Amino acid sequence: MNTTRTVEIGVGLFVAAGLAALFVLAMKVSNLSAFNTTGGYEIVARFENIGGLKVRAPVTAGGVRVGRVAAIGYDSERYEAVVRLAIDPAFDRLPRDTSASIFTAGLLGEQYVGLEPGGDERFLKADDEIRITQSALVLEQVVGQFLFSKAAEGPSEK
Amino acid sequence: MTPGTSDDVLIRVEGVHFARAGRPVFDGLDLTVRRGRVVAIMGPSGTGKTTLLRLIGGQLRPDRGRVMVDGQEVARLGRGDLFRLRERMGVLFQSGALLTDLSVYDNVAFPLREHTDLPEALIRDLVLMKLESVGLRGARDLMPAELSGGMARRVALARAIALDPLLVLYDEPFTGQDPISMGVLVRLIRRLNDAMGLTSVVVSHDVEETAAIADDIYVISGGKVVEQGSRDELAASTSPWVRQFMRGEPDGPVPFHYPAPDLADDLLGGEGA
Amino acid sequence: MNDGLAALGRWGLGVFQRLGRGHLFLAHVLAGLPTLLPRPGLVIAQLHAVGVLSLVIIVVSGLFVGMVLGLQGYNTLVDFGAEESLGVVVALSLVRELGPVVSALLFAGRAGSALTAEIGLMKATEQLAGMEMMAVDPLQRVIGPRFLAGFLAMPLLAAIFSAVGVFGGYFVGVGLLGVDDGAFWSQMQAKVDLHEDVYNGVIKSVVFGFVAAWIAVFEGYDAPPTAEGVSRATTRTVVHTALAVLGLDFVLTALMFGE
Repeated sequence: MNTTRTVEIGVGLFVAAGLAALFVLAMKVSNLSAFNTTGGYEIVARFENIGGLKVRAPVTAGGVRVGRVAAIGYDSERYEAVVRLAIDPAFDRLPRDTSASIFTAGLLGEQYVGLEPGGDERFLKADDEIRITQSALVLEQVVGQFLFSKAAEGPSEK
Repeated sequence: MTPGTSDDVLIRVEGVHFARAGRPVFDGLDLTVRRGRVVAIMGPSGTGKTTLLRLIGGQLRPDRGRVMVDGQEVARLGRGDLFRLRERMGVLFQSGALLTDLSVYDNVAFPLREHTDLPEALIRDLVLMKLESVGLRGARDLMPAELSGGMARRVALARAIALDPLLVLYDEPFTGQDPISMGVLVRLIRRLNDAMGLTSVVVSHDVEETAAIADDIYVISGGKVVEQGSRDELAASTSPWVRQFMRGEPDGPVPFHYPAPDLADDLLGGEGA
Repeated sequence: MNDGLAALGRWGLGVFQRLGRGHLFLAHVLAGLPTLLPRPGLVIAQLHAVGVLSLVIIVVSGLFVGMVLGLQGYNTLVDFGAEESLGVVVALSLVRELGPVVSALLFAGRAGSALTAEIGLMKATEQLAGMEMMAVDPLQRVIGPRFLAGFLAMPLLAAIFSAVGVFGGYFVGVGLLGVDDGAFWSQMQAKVDLHEDVYNGVIKSVVFGFVAAWIAVFEGYDAPPTAEGVSRATTRTVVHTALAVLGLDFVLTALMFGE
């Protein structure tokens, strides 16, 4: 009986350690917060160019994460990218004139959507569209514009 | 031994043909085992004695012919019925086949725990009784690796009779035993058979020991029964083959030499081919 | 020439025969698993044998693999000034790949080979045949619990491996090389996704556990009942499990992360 007991205790500890390890992986190693967006609402933003934005990229307001990119599509009538943003249920008081921009974290980092709240009294609801958007900065375009403007202002010495 | 249909017969093997890897093992084997008897099946090595036990136990199916046990044709039974039949059969394997990760006690308790819902206290009583009957009640806490060959076989015997079977099959029970444990086993087989009202089938090539306890003896060779009868009848057999086998003479109808070309030719002929 | 073709044909038939036998065997084992429900003790004893006894090698290996990842990752990342991403590198490598794969390989060496040898020996000493003659199905009584225990233990072992490995990387990166503590964890948490990475890693280890346990018990059950047969079967278990795990890893990775 004694050996059965030690075997059972050993197996109990093993299973507990395995589940604890899974828990660590879920809570400490990964971002569990990305998981509980269920119950939130989705809004739509249209951009001329989304650059390298990916599904599941973060959506932030004032630098705080408020949701993630749920889907990316293309409207072939208006020639625009259609991005659906899943916003966590806690952030249900975004004004209707909120603007959305696509930023890059660091120089070469991942791209994310930043929301800039406006002053409207009414709030965004599910499936509402954000009217004011700012496309992603595409590095090649920026560099190209910079060189062009340099070339243009070169002779006049500003 | 007239082939009848009386309830007296526990096992009937009728015209069994069986081939393994294209080589015929049995070629029309007939034999009958009556209830309450100790029946010996003897023959030289390689005559398929163990195969016969496997046919009786339903681990193999005959190519032709029938094996009837207690009125049921073994090869026709479904898995459930076959397992129910096997619960009433004890088998003592050549090696004992004890479960190496269980103690002697747990080995004997194994069939009881698998097939009954008896309370642990009752299982304990039964196990100790069975171990007592083979004289190993004191060895209950040993592991199989700590037992001698003879003891392991006696434990396996206690396990084989744990469920009070109808029939016990012994596969070469005396092979590799010293004279003392052989004597113990011989007497044990006879005593258990009579005390518990079993029927025993002993497959062996140890002529003396087996013949000493058997009521009926079958001698098998070439896939057939070549002689049958009591010990005295066999001793009085006129067949030179049976005489050679029973007396253990090195040469006779079964030649000492495996068939080979003449020695002189072989030695002079060289290897080339 | 003809002989060569005939040999090739025989070999091919043999491979298919074994493949078929393996799947029929698996079907029998799976069909017998419900009979274990009233007897959890059998599975617990096997969980001890394959899980608890593999724990030491899994923990030690996980720690060292994590530490090596920390060291190697740091040396590469520091050139880009991105050593804060060390946590991401360590965690992603472990959770997605090394945790499931390396622990499956270690499992094959430690537990799989032991299962094969044990079952093969039980067969060689007529214990399985004896059980059958006692009207006990060895597939349910012997194989089933071992298969189930291997299958259950594998994801837990892989999770322990990954978790210990992350701490090994943390120890080297933050403790020895001076990566910022907060950055290590926050970057990791920002980039490691529960669904994409952790769940997929767990799915991998579940698949590997199934395959490793299946190969181990089948090789044991199918081994020729001789000392040589059992030793060959043990070798085959390790080799086949390693090949199957690495092959499946590619397929699963392509399915999961290959968009």
